[in-house]
Amino acid sequence: MSILVDATTKVVVQGITGREGSFHAGQCKEYGTRIVAGVSPGKRGTLEQGVPVFNTVRDAVTETGANTSLIFVPPAFAADAIMEAADAGVALIVCITEGIPTIDMVKAAEYVKRRRARLVGPNCPGVITPGAAKVGIMPGFIHRPGDVGIVSRSGTLTYEAVKQLSERGIGQSTCVGIGGDPIIGSTFRDIIALFQQDAATAAIVMIGEIGGSAEEEAAAFVKEHVTKPVVSFIAGQTAPPGRRMGHAGAIISGGKGTAAEKMAALKAAGIHVCPSPAEIGRTMATVLGRA
Amino acid sequence: MKIHEYQAKEILSRYGVPVPRGKVAAGVDEAEAIARELGGACVVKAQIHAGGRGKGGGVKLVKSPQEARGAAQAILGMQLVTPQTGPAGQKVKRVLVEQGMAIARELYLGMLVDRARNALVVMASEAGGMEIEEVAAATPEKILKEYVDPAVGLRPFQTMRLAYGLHLPAESVRKASSFMLQLYRAFVDMDLSLAEINPLVLTKDGNLLALDAKVNFDDNALFRHPETKELRDLDEEDPREIEASKYGLSYIKLDGTVGCMVNGAGLAMATMDIIKHFGAEPANFLDVGGGASSETVANAFRIIISDERVKAVLINIFGGIVRCDRVAQGIIEALQKVQVEVPVVVRLEGTNATEAAKLLQESPLNFRVATGLSDAAQKVVAASA
Repeated sequence: MSILVDATTKVVVQGITGREGSFHAGQCKEYGTRIVAGVSPGKRGTLEQGVPVFNTVRDAVTETGANTSLIFVPPAFAADAIMEAADAGVALIVCITEGIPTIDMVKAAEYVKRRRARLVGPNCPGVITPGAAKVGIMPGFIHRPGDVGIVSRSGTLTYEAVKQLSERGIGQSTCVGIGGDPIIGSTFRDIIALFQQDAATAAIVMIGEIGGSAEEEAAAFVKEHVTKPVVSFIAGQTAPPGRRMGHAGAIISGGKGTAAEKMAALKAAGIHVCPSPAEIGRTMATVLGRA
Repeated sequence: MKIHEYQAKEILSRYGVPVPRGKVAAGVDEAEAIARELGGACVVKAQIHAGGRGKGGGVKLVKSPQEARGAAQAILGMQLVTPQTGPAGQKVKRVLVEQGMAIARELYLGMLVDRARNALVVMASEAGGMEIEEVAAATPEKILKEYVDPAVGLRPFQTMRLAYGLHLPAESVRKASSFMLQLYRAFVDMDLSLAEINPLVLTKDGNLLALDAKVNFDDNALFRHPETKELRDLDEEDPREIEASKYGLSYIKLDGTVGCMVNGAGLAMATMDIIKHFGAEPANFLDVGGGASSETVANAFRIIISDERVKAVLINIFGGIVRCDRVAQGIIEALQKVQVEVPVVVRLEGTNATEAAKLLQESPLNFRVATGLSDAAQKVVAASA
């Protein structure tokens, strides 16, 4: 078991003929993911990475039964691509694209919700269930199958946490990058709720960062509803206020969204908070009694 | 992207948002002429991006063109320090000269994207002229909110609800509602990330005007508004940050001594944090992005070491898709192009990390190769001491 993606997941890659889309479709396929279709308007009937290409997501879904979409469409068109996937009945939409205008995302996120689909991202590394399916751009080889679920706003920092766990022989059930933008489809709270329900997940790593209040909301949820241990790190303890730290969502505004505030809220909810990013693996090993 | 008040007001008035009559001036003659043209009492306001200008002496009320000249004389060229500028302050290059008016009440109006609700929110308050964060902390019930359904946009019933909530006189309610709808139109049309009218004034004759206006653009949407490029004021930005943005690097200058070059924003922040954890201070935030090619690394190095406070540099790259040996090759090439006098600690993790470490160790350059995040941070902190 796992959450969101597994060996039965059938993926359509939107923007498969672009440089990134093509490369990562190939990488996912190599990992063993069932990449069943690609979408690129005007390219119907061609093959990309050995995958049949369609003009529209609707065609791809009708002809291949794809139930998950992986999006590499450029920022100006990505929100439309998300809505197209939701309209075509895709259940899980994973959007990698960075730099989508916020107002577009507000519309797309609402549209997805009304179609009862689930969006992960944008501006994220995607989702991986080690050994079963990789629907994203993360390096597959650092992961190993296991029972720790990871949810994070970051890309490379998540890889860092995965490496620290894998090195200690602690595998992962599923790793979910929820994205660094202010408007995202799935929140910490949403993903943690799935991990809590998942029989294959024994513990959860949550990697947050400055900006917004999603970590605080997750903390409140954990306190009320989560019985599994949660280990956390919050990036940006040294970030100055008012500056956007790379991610569009990583900004302390009006004195709100600081790392200190988030760490305090997490601790109050009984979450194991690591002061240093190098301690994530060790803390989890201790919590699980596998040190 | 931030812009000046006078630019914000120009944009808003194009959308029918009422703003006071006025013009921007870069010199005292000009300021005097504008005041003469406006006639009567005027306000002379320093144009810098930071707020709290009045507290720093950057806003002056004047009764005549001569006084306007004197005020402009005092403000132009001054190093204006406000609670938002930091102790160094910001040099004032322009003033906005506006008509004075008889104010009955000062209100607050703001629009922004509420991240927790995934929606645009319009906020209004009778407590105008104050920092809205302070109002929110002390008396949250004084802030009225309406969330916008993205499918239908802001509706007149919502702006009427806000207008009534502000307890405006009957003849001003519709004016306020229409003010808000026009502001919303500007917000959506121009892809703003923040529009704040503080204060929104009710004049003694029942009109509503944007006495101040703060407008930020959504950086992700600037490609749709090429004309906004001209609104950017490079004097308000750190020269190194401007240089970095030319190469697509995300760089933010900080006050410490350890330069950082990292791939990925989250890992870059975490690297800063662990440097602090081991007792030093980061000199910068820098995300080199996914590729970390020799060209990118060379540019990043030039920017980092142009900060004379930097005593050591840490390169922390998690090579996932990009192979570490390629990154190492890029770093070696880059450091042959750029003269670096300070110690450089390198930590490469991921695909082909062992080969990469070997390449670095065998290179003629004097790298300190680290394994793991803690080791890297400890080495660079020691090197910077």
